[in-house]
Amino acid sequence: MNELILQEKFLSKETKGFLLITTLFGILVVILSLLGESNPLHLPVYVVNLLGKYVTYAILALSVDMVWGYLGILTLGHCVFFALGGYVMGMYLTRSIGAQGVYGDPILPDFMVFLNWHELPWYWQGLQYFPLAAVLIVAVPSLLAFVFGKLAFSSRVSGVYLSIITQALTYAMMLAFFLNELGFGGNNGLTDFKTLLGFSLQTDGIRIVLFALSVLVLCLSYLLCRSVLISKLGRLCIAVRDAENRVRFIGYRVENVKLLIFVLSAAIAGIAGALYVPQVGIINPSEFSPVNSIEIIVCVALGGRGRLYGAVIGAILVHIAKTCFTNLMPEFWLFALGALFVLVTLFLKDGVAGMINSWINSHHAKTEMRMA
Amino acid sequence: MLLTVLFISTVYAAEPDYEISKSLKDSLTDSKAKSRDNAIAILSEDLSEQNILVLNKLKNGLVYYDSQKEIFLKESVESNCYIQPSTSQKVCNLKLRRSGISTLQKKKIESILLKSALFSSNDSDRAKAVKKLLEIESQNDLPSEETIDKLIRQESQKEIYKDLKIVEALIQSRSPELGVQKLISCIDILEEKGNAACIQAIDRLKLSTNSEVSQRATKAASSLSFSKSISDFFEKIFFGLSLGSVLVLAAVGLSITFGVMGVINMAHGELIMLGAYTVWIIQQIMPQSMGLALFISIPCAFIVSAFFGILIEHFVIRHLSGRPLETLLATFGISLILQQLVRTLFSPLNRAVATPEFLQGSVQITSNLSITCNRLSIIFFSLVVFAVIVLVMKKTRLGLEVRAVSQNRAIAKAMGIKAEKVDVLTFGLGSGIAGVAGVALSQITNVGPNLGQSYIIDSFMVVVFGGAGNLWGTLTGGLIMGIANKLLEPVSGAMLSKIIILIALILFIQKRPRGLFPQRGRAAED
Amino acid sequence: MKTKLSRIALAAFVSFNVFNSAFAAEDTIKVGIMHSLSGTMAISEASLKDEMLMLIEEQNKKGGLLGKKIEAVVVDPASDWPLFAEKSRELLTKDKVSAVFGCWTSVSRKAVLPVFEELNGLLFYPVQYEGEESSRNIIYTGAAPNQQSIPAIDYLMNDIGVKRWVLAGTDYVFPRTANKIIEAYLKQHGVASEDIMINYTPFGHSDWQSIVSEIKSFGSSGKKTAVVSTLNGDANVPFYKELANQGISASDIPVMAFSVGEEELSGIDTAPLEGHLAAWNYFQSVESSENADFIEKFRKFTKNPNRVTNDPMEAHYIGFNLWVKAVEKAGTTDVDKVLDTIVGIKTNNLTGGTAEVLPNHHITKPVLIGEIQSDGQFQVVWETDKEVKGDAWSDYLEGSKDLISDWTAPIKCGNYNVKTKKCLGSQSN
Repeated sequence: MNELILQEKFLSKETKGFLLITTLFGILVVILSLLGESNPLHLPVYVVNLLGKYVTYAILALSVDMVWGYLGILTLGHCVFFALGGYVMGMYLTRSIGAQGVYGDPILPDFMVFLNWHELPWYWQGLQYFPLAAVLIVAVPSLLAFVFGKLAFSSRVSGVYLSIITQALTYAMMLAFFLNELGFGGNNGLTDFKTLLGFSLQTDGIRIVLFALSVLVLCLSYLLCRSVLISKLGRLCIAVRDAENRVRFIGYRVENVKLLIFVLSAAIAGIAGALYVPQVGIINPSEFSPVNSIEIIVCVALGGRGRLYGAVIGAILVHIAKTCFTNLMPEFWLFALGALFVLVTLFLKDGVAGMINSWINSHHAKTEMRMA
Repeated sequence: MLLTVLFISTVYAAEPDYEISKSLKDSLTDSKAKSRDNAIAILSEDLSEQNILVLNKLKNGLVYYDSQKEIFLKESVESNCYIQPSTSQKVCNLKLRRSGISTLQKKKIESILLKSALFSSNDSDRAKAVKKLLEIESQNDLPSEETIDKLIRQESQKEIYKDLKIVEALIQSRSPELGVQKLISCIDILEEKGNAACIQAIDRLKLSTNSEVSQRATKAASSLSFSKSISDFFEKIFFGLSLGSVLVLAAVGLSITFGVMGVINMAHGELIMLGAYTVWIIQQIMPQSMGLALFISIPCAFIVSAFFGILIEHFVIRHLSGRPLETLLATFGISLILQQLVRTLFSPLNRAVATPEFLQGSVQITSNLSITCNRLSIIFFSLVVFAVIVLVMKKTRLGLEVRAVSQNRAIAKAMGIKAEKVDVLTFGLGSGIAGVAGVALSQITNVGPNLGQSYIIDSFMVVVFGGAGNLWGTLTGGLIMGIANKLLEPVSGAMLSKIIILIALILFIQKRPRGLFPQRGRAAED
Repeated sequence: MKTKLSRIALAAFVSFNVFNSAFAAEDTIKVGIMHSLSGTMAISEASLKDEMLMLIEEQNKKGGLLGKKIEAVVVDPASDWPLFAEKSRELLTKDKVSAVFGCWTSVSRKAVLPVFEELNGLLFYPVQYEGEESSRNIIYTGAAPNQQSIPAIDYLMNDIGVKRWVLAGTDYVFPRTANKIIEAYLKQHGVASEDIMINYTPFGHSDWQSIVSEIKSFGSSGKKTAVVSTLNGDANVPFYKELANQGISASDIPVMAFSVGEEELSGIDTAPLEGHLAAWNYFQSVESSENADFIEKFRKFTKNPNRVTNDPMEAHYIGFNLWVKAVEKAGTTDVDKVLDTIVGIKTNNLTGGTAEVLPNHHITKPVLIGEIQSDGQFQVVWETDKEVKGDAWSDYLEGSKDLISDWTAPIKCGNYNVKTKKCLGSQSN
């Protein structure tokens, strides 16, 4: 399968198909949501909001797939980058409400007022400006990924050890953000957002826009990942996954390849987090929880790792299942999720995408046979 | 407790026509605890044997009444039988209401009883009462000097006499007019004892106008604070060791399976949890003997967890050989299922596991340093478990095979070792040890569906830090992490110390990617 | 292939909606129940769902409300805070519920608050909380800090004579705020800083050796010491066990807990806890005919003769009755009209008093101090003479002492500054 990628053009059939379907899906949802409420096809805005959330998870899954599927590193802490992006966005949203907080303080966020802070910490400065926030959304996760990756890859930590320390990283970050002294709102996190770029977040319009934006970002990140994979870097990346030592012996700096892909993936995860926060209206340390990161891994595994669109399918399927289960049979959600983990790893090594792929292949083979 | 036992025997000897006055009855049978103030006042007016008995029962929460407002005294906490004081008749298995009492009132009764206990003819009662005097918070509550004087003169028991002397010194330290020699000998006595009350008394004497006394007091205070800081340090080390031994216990099973099979078992925490639930179940079966139940649980928990471990190995892990990362995911799925299983079967609420009496309380080492029994036994327990594992690994055929397989699977197989069988047995062993760890944890923390999750990450860190598959690495790693945590905690707070340890660990792994004691013999790279 | 999949998914979504709108019959009044049934908070929240179902069933037996049956819509936010927001949006827009009874943690309330304000919903929040909030769309039936912590401190200070204080809490917003308020209150009463020790620990902290030993040496100064505990959830068991192990009994250093109730005690070996204190507005052990009735009904409903009741359950009992009365008085379930009528509505609480909705959307509550008994119940040792009025904004915090909340005309504001006579923030609309 991956050998095929190497020979393929940038806009392969799969890529085109994915882009087409995603765009159509996005446009359809937007149109349906704009229909009058009396129309039986009308899509309520809360569903759009929900779909928007799924799409951000899909972007995150995409970034995880880059690291796990193409680089072979099982990261159990990718939500760190997601949550950091989310926190930057949350800080921007918190700052931008100005004096509209409950204490009416023009500068300090509410939680700082009631914890008797008198000054805004330096890392909150300037975050009321969107351009700075936008830069930081990408920069902060990338920087952490760079530092962590630099240390880990150059000392050749690998395999299960690497997985465990990515988990340690996200666990440490979770504990750190729980600290009230750190100035990120502690356990409550950041909430009660009002406006984004001057638009009230409490209107249906902005929700639809945010959804559309998430779909757009999904497409763009897909293209970005795709173009990286097509490039020489991408080929090296797959080579590192399959035979790290050989690549090293040939003379490539394996750690640099790993680092580049890792940082890129972190940046995408950060953007996903930033899109997630205004749609759900809250960011708090439980986003760092190790279980979240593992949940995303199972999304990728279900969808089929090493296939970008697989990650997207997986993320959307798992989260639809989650929504349904928590509504219909709350007690059974963990059973279902647990069984999913076991069954996918045991029987569905290539995930749903792999299944689709082999189905298409056999279909092709059949038609070819018929043609012959 | 002793007091009640003592008084039960007196019940039968008591006059059958012990009259409980109406006002006393009313104040004992009101549902509000406040009315007990009145009851205590009435009872303490006349400290007759009978009244002392009722006071004692009241203090221990053993006074009951029925719907006719008839008073019953329960024999003991465990008993189901009551004695009616008015008739001295014994009745059992009644449905009665308790005449509740607040801690404040209990203390009041205690201080009333204390005075009579000081003059008790029973040695152990008297010794206890005097010991109580040494721990009294406010020295104004101490009895008068004359009382103590009288007691000292009467006392024949050496130990009690010594304690009484200290009480006397405590009282005398408050009267600066006593004269220099007397005060200095006071300080000597107080310094020797050196408990909290003594330290306060010495601190007060530091302010004495007499320079000789204040110098002596300052010297005593500084030597006491020096010995306190030493015992504080040892206390911290002990805390660290006990935390570390918990970590070792939780991690050692994980380390074995990782070493042999190269897989991380994410369901390890849940196997620990199953062990803890086993304790609960066995305690439910035999509620009369908690201590015995705990001992029985050790092999039972081993079997239960080992059984689940073998199931996991048989149905999942075996089919994922050579794919360690996928194993990690699959076992994580199993951990979710086990958690929810327990939640559905036993409810999401925590279960109450009782601590048997012999594990409660503490051992006094010096006046400042005491070590709690349950922690001590956990340290001891984990050392025993560890020693057993080491023996199994070094001295048995299974251990030999396990070591062979973990060093080089292919060659071991070529030598005729059935690697699959070794896998099952190792996994069963590792899981069984998790169950045993659960027995220990049930004594110090919640037994609930989340028990495993709160220990799993720490266990990983220990394994990674010590070097997977290396038993001694796990032991050292766990103890170092425990001690480091406890040394950091007072400085940085509980939250930050945990974060610092995690970050230090992440950095440490960069330096030594395979832990403190990397396993030798495996291929350099997989 | 992907097209096909997405087509199916979309079709499913669309038909789902059609189904919903077609069958949204008008002959019931829908009430949302939003408590975590899975995840870490299920321990506490699950029984509130049972209780609400019982209250609704009972009301329906009495003939329903406004001649209609009440229909419960149960959702599970799974202890996941963003999911709380998602579920409340679903309840308000899809199910169009008239009121929601839900949330437990502060963070879950904070997560849903903007949703309720935006969609003009009505939430009854049953748990004691840190205050510093008042929303037009939330009725706070749990205790504000002045209905729990301040009376508890008074009891410790005046009745037990505590001079030295340990404020131990889990590091999140309720303990932080409660301890801020308590600290300010203590200092006003002449307690010196060196007599207050504040300690925060992470969630589920399990190794209490050093902290308990610190508390022990802090308490050995000769002054009466008490611990005010805002420890949450799983941290409590190892904490009390360690206290007992190190030989600290309730008569040496009593612990006054704000988050340990009957339900929590049912999972703890209570022997080491005996005599320690808790401050609540309700205890199962309180003797009143309403309470006996309520406990019996609840046990019958859950078919479990050992089920315990607790303070948040009483809060929901009060909240539901207040809502029913307000709806009956207003003659409609329309949120605006119900909110206009609900202030001033009174109902019996379970301890023999009355609960009245105040203009700040808090209610009046008695404060009870109980001591833990060996059977897992509390023995009431002290109570306030009459009900205390809930105060949204603490008088002991710098930022909020000038703020009041009043949702009646002419102020109609949740955070009104009495000095500047201005309604702060954006809630002035």
